[in-house]
Amino acid sequence: MPFVTSATLNKRYDVIVVGSGAAGGQSAYTLSMEGARVLMLEAGRKYVPENETPMFQTPEEGPLRGAATPDKRFGFYDATINGGWEVPGEPYVQTTHAAAGRFDWWRARMLGGRTNHWGRISLRNGPYDFRAHTRDGLGFDWPLSYTDLAPYYDKVEMLVGVYGNNDGLENTPDSAPGCLLPPPKPILSDLLIAQGARRVGVPVIAGHRAVLTQKLDFNTSPARLHPGNPTAQKIIAADMQARAACIWATPCARGCSIRANYQSTTVHLPPALASGNLDIVTDAMAHEITLDRRGLASGVSFIDKTSGKECHASARVVVLAASSCESVRILLNSKTARFPQGLANSSGRVGRYLMDTVGSSLGGQIPLLESLPPLNEDGASESHVYTPWWLYQEQLAGKLGFARGYHIEFGGGKRMPGLDTLAGIEWLTGGSYGKKFKEDARRYYGSFVSFDGRGEMIPNEGSFCEIDPQLKDKWGIPVLRFHWKWSEHETRQAAHMQKTFKEIIEAMGGRVNGAVQTDGAQAIQAGGSIIHEVGGALMGRNAHSSVTNRWGQTWDVKNVFLADGAVFPSNADKNPTLTIMALAWRAADHILDLMRRKDL
Amino acid sequence: MDRRTTIKWMLAVSASMPLLHQRAAGIDASTALPPVPGQGYGTDPDLTRIYHPGDLWPLLLTPVQRRTAGALCDLIIPADSASPSASAAGVVDFLAEWVSAPYPHQQADRALILAGLNWMDSEGVRRFGKDFTALEEAEQHLICDDICCEQTAQPAFTEAAKFFARYRDLTAGGYYSTAAGRKDLQYIGNVPLKSFEGPPLELLQKLGLSPDEVQRG
Ligand SMILES: Cc1cc2nc3c(=O)[nH]c(=O)nc-3n(C[C@H](O)[C@H](O)[C@H](O)COP(=O)(O)OP(=O)(O)OC[C@H]3O[C@@H](n4cnc5c(N)ncnc54)[C@H](O)[C@@H]3O)c2cc1C
Ligand code: SF4
Repeated sequence: MPFVTSATLNKRYDVIVVGSGAAGGQSAYTLSMEGARVLMLEAGRKYVPENETPMFQTPEEGPLRGAATPDKRFGFYDATINGGWEVPGEPYVQTTHAAAGRFDWWRARMLGGRTNHWGRISLRNGPYDFRAHTRDGLGFDWPLSYTDLAPYYDKVEMLVGVYGNNDGLENTPDSAPGCLLPPPKPILSDLLIAQGARRVGVPVIAGHRAVLTQKLDFNTSPARLHPGNPTAQKIIAADMQARAACIWATPCARGCSIRANYQSTTVHLPPALASGNLDIVTDAMAHEITLDRRGLASGVSFIDKTSGKECHASARVVVLAASSCESVRILLNSKTARFPQGLANSSGRVGRYLMDTVGSSLGGQIPLLESLPPLNEDGASESHVYTPWWLYQEQLAGKLGFARGYHIEFGGGKRMPGLDTLAGIEWLTGGSYGKKFKEDARRYYGSFVSFDGRGEMIPNEGSFCEIDPQLKDKWGIPVLRFHWKWSEHETRQAAHMQKTFKEIIEAMGGRVNGAVQTDGAQAIQAGGSIIHEVGGALMGRNAHSSVTNRWGQTWDVKNVFLADGAVFPSNADKNPTLTIMALAWRAADHILDLMRRKDL
Repeated sequence: MDRRTTIKWMLAVSASMPLLHQRAAGIDASTALPPVPGQGYGTDPDLTRIYHPGDLWPLLLTPVQRRTAGALCDLIIPADSASPSASAAGVVDFLAEWVSAPYPHQQADRALILAGLNWMDSEGVRRFGKDFTALEEAEQHLICDDICCEQTAQPAFTEAAKFFARYRDLTAGGYYSTAAGRKDLQYIGNVPLKSFEGPPLELLQKLGLSPDEVQRG
């Protein structure tokens, strides 16, 4: 079962899932593997990683040596299709273009969404992250605890395949036995960074990424994933066997044709389709949830982009998983007499408390890494190691001047040379050219390291989106308008990142490239630019202060669920996607349960 | 440098050297700068086919510009016993593809680079009475030595040094992203491996590192 069209849809489904990324993929997987009849609506085109991934292509085989252009913002070979900071024909509005107040919105209009090219860093939120407000009085608590979500983190890790160690560190949870795959060995710069970081009191541990460092455990995991469901076990065991392990070459951001990393298109959708319970319509731009006379959702209206026609699909339940802001947009555009402010918005909080991750970066050059013998450091593409937040106690004692933490991601190694590999090295060479430049290039190649801080943003009243009163996209659908504000908790945190990076670089005997920003407002990257959009339809304990309950079920319309990051009440420094998938699985279990009990 | 500054820079250069522009080629190209004729590859290009410069948009460098471009990129990356020169590795074609691309960033570079190449020829004429390409290598070095470092260049050469820095980055980028460049840097990846072993022990020892630097719980 299959890819269908707006003309060949079934009359009625159990569940419509809008979106096919991490959230939609996980929802459709769990629901269809457990027997629900699911229709997935995806705005982008069908995408087949097995055929379309430029695995081994070298830069000179692409236009402009693979450089980024407005058509392909992260480079020619990046797996983003019909997406980027702008999507043709689908604008959004910034209230200001000033760096401090802007929100840049990254979208990918393709089957699998952003999971085709994401960084695959897969960290669990820790126990503190679910009760942030209780701990320091800021932001919101989650209506569930770490223990509620832990079994779902285990399941997602077993299903998609995540490498890492159980290091037992504060608020950096361990996984159940048999969940994690072994981490890859560190590359040389990782070891130097770890040594330098230790000198200044910063821990470095194995990274956690959704890459198969070995094949999945197809003997044991299926029964743990789908207890009591032999059909599902059989399907997933076969699919796990079909996925290859990483071959330690080719950048993950291009996607993986051998299915060795997580993309919704290579991991969630194939077994879900094999279950026979999933239909997918691509090029289907959902814009409104329709209601029946009882005020329950009856289905979803969408534009068939291939014909431009307005279509409708019906189901017992609607799950929005179109990415946080887009799900918010669909709710706000679903206006009726009953819901004049938009669907499920009786609290007035749909669109509020939008969050991204705090980002700040610094690079350095390390003399110890110069003129080394050839090394193959492709590895698993990135992040064999990382630094989890380490100053919980100092922070709680009020010593840092900002309330929440950050983790550090590292770059380094003798990567495949590209357009920028030896650009801008005049600060090291004094402007050499000729034979001297060639010698300098050999000397400095592979001697650079980079540090990216990824920190928690606290939700605030000034960061939100709403429907723009005028502008519509090319389908005639009203678009979003963004407002953005950082607080001092974020800007001071960004300045702290810069200070830490400088200390580590110097402890490695290296030199900082460029200026260390001591002014946090300068150090922080623009809102949205880390592409961890979450919030906008927060889950909470009651209907007047939140949009959904702890299963992502909207308070106002009980058969409408949100499965993506929109429900996050806080945005821990941990990259959000693993948590999105764990929540989506949990929500899907709840939907199945309610359907069995005829409560939906 | 945006296009307006480039033109201003060109005008300043021509004003100070009224005798130098008998030959029209360079100046015309840089002051007129009509929009490029081609179109971008769009947001859904075929990622698996192989592209060559000229496949997607016409290459706009004139023969004279190509000649100067080649001379300058070979001065930056000459052949040596280990690897070929920039032009032999296809860098002139790459530069032509780059400045002809219908994207804003490349068009800003086009203005800078065409003006810069033109300046190189004018400066050759001004100092030695010949185009840059016709100069002895030692004469070419005399010019390049004045502009190869933005930090230390004399004020009169500020703009030319900006051009040179960008030109060197593009030349190096165009060069090291080819098979010849990868070989020169001894890049040995992009091949499938059965396992990933990390750096060899001897190397770690030499650098004072242990394989266990990374903390384990
Ligand atoms: C370069 C990059 C690196 C990243 N690295 C990491 C990382 O290392 N770790 C991490 O945790 N996260 C990372 N992320 C973020 C991660 O990609 C997202 O958190 C994740 O994809 C969210 O899943 P989603 O399903 O909510 O949204 P998406 O994956 O964006 O999927 C949403 C889908 O819905 C479709 N859709 C949208 N609107 C409609 C509509 N109206 N009708 C029908 N369909 C619609 C879209 O086309 C899309 O396919 C990264 C993102 C990027 C871009
Ligand atoms: S590094 Fe490994 S997982 Fe990533 S794309 Fe290459 S083969 Fe696939």
